[in-house]
Amino acid sequence: MIYRILVTLISYIMLIGITVSFAAEHFVPVTSYRTGPYGISGAPAANGYVDYLKMINARDGGVGGVKLDWEECETAYKPDRFVECYERLKNKGVAGATVFQPLGTGLTYSVIDRVADDKIPLITMGYGRTDASDGSIFPWVFPLLVNYWSLSTAKIKYIGNLAGGMDKLKGLKIANVYHDSAYGKETGPVLEKQAELYGFDLKGFPVAHPGLDQKATWLNVRRYKPDYVILRGWGVMNQTALKEAARARIPAENIVGVSWSCSELDTVPAGKAAVGYTCSSMYNPGSHYKVFKDILKYVHEAGNGTGPIEEVGNQQLYKTGVLMGIMTVEAINKATEKYGNKPMSGEQVRWGIENLDLTSERLEKMGIKDFIPNVKISCADHEGGAPVKFQRWNGTSFEPASDWVTTDQNIVRPMIEASSSAYAAEKGITPRCN
Amino acid sequence: MFYREAGQFKTSYEADQSILPIFQDRIAMYIMLMFAFIVFPFIANDYWLGSILIPFLVLSLAALGLNVLTGYAGQISLGSAAFMAVGAFAAFNLHVRIPEIPFLVVFLWGGLCSAAVGMIFGLPSLRIKGFYLAVATLAAQFFIEWLFTHFDWFTNYSTSGVITAPPMHIFGFAIDNPLSKYFVVLTIVVLCAFGIRNLARSEIGRAWMAVRDMDIAAEAIGINLMKTKLLAFGVSSFLCGLAGALWAYAVLGTVEPQAFDIIRSFEILFMIIIGGLGSVSGAFLGAGFIVLLPILLNNLGSLVTGGAISTETIAHIEYMIFGAFIVFFLIVEPNGLARLWQIGKEKLRLWPFPY
Repeated sequence: MIYRILVTLISYIMLIGITVSFAAEHFVPVTSYRTGPYGISGAPAANGYVDYLKMINARDGGVGGVKLDWEECETAYKPDRFVECYERLKNKGVAGATVFQPLGTGLTYSVIDRVADDKIPLITMGYGRTDASDGSIFPWVFPLLVNYWSLSTAKIKYIGNLAGGMDKLKGLKIANVYHDSAYGKETGPVLEKQAELYGFDLKGFPVAHPGLDQKATWLNVRRYKPDYVILRGWGVMNQTALKEAARARIPAENIVGVSWSCSELDTVPAGKAAVGYTCSSMYNPGSHYKVFKDILKYVHEAGNGTGPIEEVGNQQLYKTGVLMGIMTVEAINKATEKYGNKPMSGEQVRWGIENLDLTSERLEKMGIKDFIPNVKISCADHEGGAPVKFQRWNGTSFEPASDWVTTDQNIVRPMIEASSSAYAAEKGITPRCN
Repeated sequence: MFYREAGQFKTSYEADQSILPIFQDRIAMYIMLMFAFIVFPFIANDYWLGSILIPFLVLSLAALGLNVLTGYAGQISLGSAAFMAVGAFAAFNLHVRIPEIPFLVVFLWGGLCSAAVGMIFGLPSLRIKGFYLAVATLAAQFFIEWLFTHFDWFTNYSTSGVITAPPMHIFGFAIDNPLSKYFVVLTIVVLCAFGIRNLARSEIGRAWMAVRDMDIAAEAIGINLMKTKLLAFGVSSFLCGLAGALWAYAVLGTVEPQAFDIIRSFEILFMIIIGGLGSVSGAFLGAGFIVLLPILLNNLGSLVTGGAISTETIAHIEYMIFGAFIVFFLIVEPNGLARLWQIGKEKLRLWPFPY
C-alpha cells in the first residue's frame, strides 16, 4: 500500500520534471560556476546572464513572441563537469539547446570538437580558441567581439597612445606578467611579433597558478625597470599582482591589464594599490545604460532578481554576464528573422550568430546603445573586429580612460589564418565561405 | 542458502586455481559482464555512456593502478594524476609524430612511458616510507605538471597549449561516438582488472603484500625489496598511464596538464581509501562512489526542486552530503566498501540462518 503510494508520488514528481522542460520556448543552457576557485567571478556573470534573459521575457515577452527558458548547471570551472553539464543540457527544450557560453578557455576546449557533431554553436566572447575566429575552418565556434590576440594589439596601441605615438614605442621596455597556464601564454607570439614590428623590448614574467605568491616575480620586474607592465591574470592573481606591484614601487598608472584582470573583484581588495590601474574591457564602463535600468525595473523590482541588487550595472563581471545574454538574445532574434517565430534550434541560432549585424539602431532599440560597439559577423570572420575600451580605476569605480581602440587585424588575421589552416590540414577540413 | 559451495567439487588443478572458484560468483560475474557489454549499450543514451559510464570506468582503472601501489604494495603515492598525465602526453606525442601506429600500440606506449617515469619517481621508496614517500611522489605531481606546461615540445608547439586529441581508429573502425568509446574503454578496463586480480594472487602479488605488511621481514625471507617496490611502481604507473591516455582520448577529447592536477591525485587516493585498499572490486566501488554519487546528487537536486534552489546551493549541499557519506562509511567500515561487500557475501553464505 505504502509502496504503491510512493511509486505514484515519485512518478508524478518525475512527470512534473519532464513536462516542465518541454514548453515551447527557446532553451538557453547556462553553464555557470558558482563554486570552486573561480566561483566569485562566475557567480556575478551567471547572475547577469540570467537577469538579462528574465528581463527580455518580462519586457519584450521573449524573442519573437516566444519566451526564453534556461537551466543552470554547476561546472565548478572543471572541464569534466562542464562536459557532463553540456551532455545533460544539449537536448533539453523543444528544439534543443540554442547556444553554449562556457566562460572559460579550458572548458571551451573540452567541447570544441563535439559541437560540430551536436550542431550547437559555441560563443566564446573575449576568450576561447583564438584561431576559431576563422569561421571558414570553425563554423560552430564564435569568439565574438574580440579574441586574445586582437586584444593584445589594442593594448599595445593604447600603450603607444600613452607614450605619445606608436613611433615612441621604439626602445621602451614592456613587461608581460602572465598567469602560467595555456591562457596566460596565449599572447606570447603576438606580443613578440609586435615587439619586432614596433621596436620595443618585451620580457615575460610567468606567475605560477594560483598566483598568490608573486613577491619574487615583482622584484624581478622591478629589476627589469619596465616603462609599462601588461597584466594577464585571472582570479586571485590579479589583486595579488596589484598589491605586489605597489610594494615593488611600480606605479599603477603604468600597469595595463587584460579584460579578465579588469573587475571590482581585482581592484577593491588591492585597495590603494589599484588606483590609477588601467585595463581593457569589451564594453563601456558605467551603470547608466537603459539595459540596467530595465533589469532593475522588470526583474529586481518584481522580486525576481538572481543575485544581489548591488551588482546590477556596478559589477564588471555582472556586466559581462549581461553581455553574454545580449549576444544570445541577438543571435536568437536574428535566427527568428529567417526561420520564423518558433523555438530556435542550435543550427538555426548558428546561422543567426554568423549573420549578426548589431547596428546603432538595433542597439538603441534594445537599450544598449553606447554600451557595446557595433558588431558585424560574417562567415569567415567570427570575431566581428570590435574595438576595445580602456577604463581606469579611480578608487571607487571604473571611469573611461580612452575612446574605442580598434584592434590591428593586419597583424592578427594572418596569424589566425596560419594557425587555422594548420589545424585544417591536420584534421582534413575543407574551408567553407568562398 | 543460495551462496553455499556445497557440492562444488573441483576435478582439475586448473579448476581449483580459477579466479572465481565459487559457481555463484562466476554466474554473477557473467551476468555483470553481459550487462556491461550487451545490455547497457542498448538502454543507455549518449549522456549516460559519455558522461557517466566512461569517466567511471577510466577513473576506476586509475584507482586500480593506485590500489596496486598503495593497497597491495603499501607504498603511499600522491602522484597518480601525474602518471596519468605522462600516459596521456606520451600517447599523444607518439600518435602525432608517427600517425601510422595503431591506437592500441599508442595506448600501450603511453602506459610504458608512464611505467618508466613511475619507476624513476619510485626510487625514493627504497629509502623512505609512509608520509615521507607521499611527499616524494607529490614532487612527481608538481614536477610533471610544470614540465608539460613549460616545454612546448610536449604539446607539439601548439599556440594555445591545449591540444585536442586526434580521433581514434582501432582496427579500421573510427572511435568517435560515445558507444564505440565505451566498448574500447570497457574492454581495456575488464582485461586490466582480471590481469591485476591474477597478478595479486601470484608470486609478485604475494611479494607486494609481504612488503606492505612488514618490509624488513619480507627482506629477511628473501624478497628483493628493490625489484618488488619498483615493479609495484611500474605496474601501478602503467595502469595510471593507460587511464590517463584514455581520459584524454575517450573522456575529455583534449590533452592538457590541468586535467591531471593534484586534486585528481587526491580524488584517486580517496577512491581507493573508500573503496577498500588491496582489492580489485574496491577500486571499482570507490570510483563509483566518488564519480557517480556527486552526479546523482546533482541530478536529483535539479530534478526534485525544478530550479527552485540555486545551483550554487545544490552544489554546496552536494559537497556536504558527499562528505557526510565519506565520514559515515569510514566509521561504519574503515576497510572500505569492498570489505562491506565481502561481509555481505559472508552473511549471504549463511542466509537465512544467523550463524
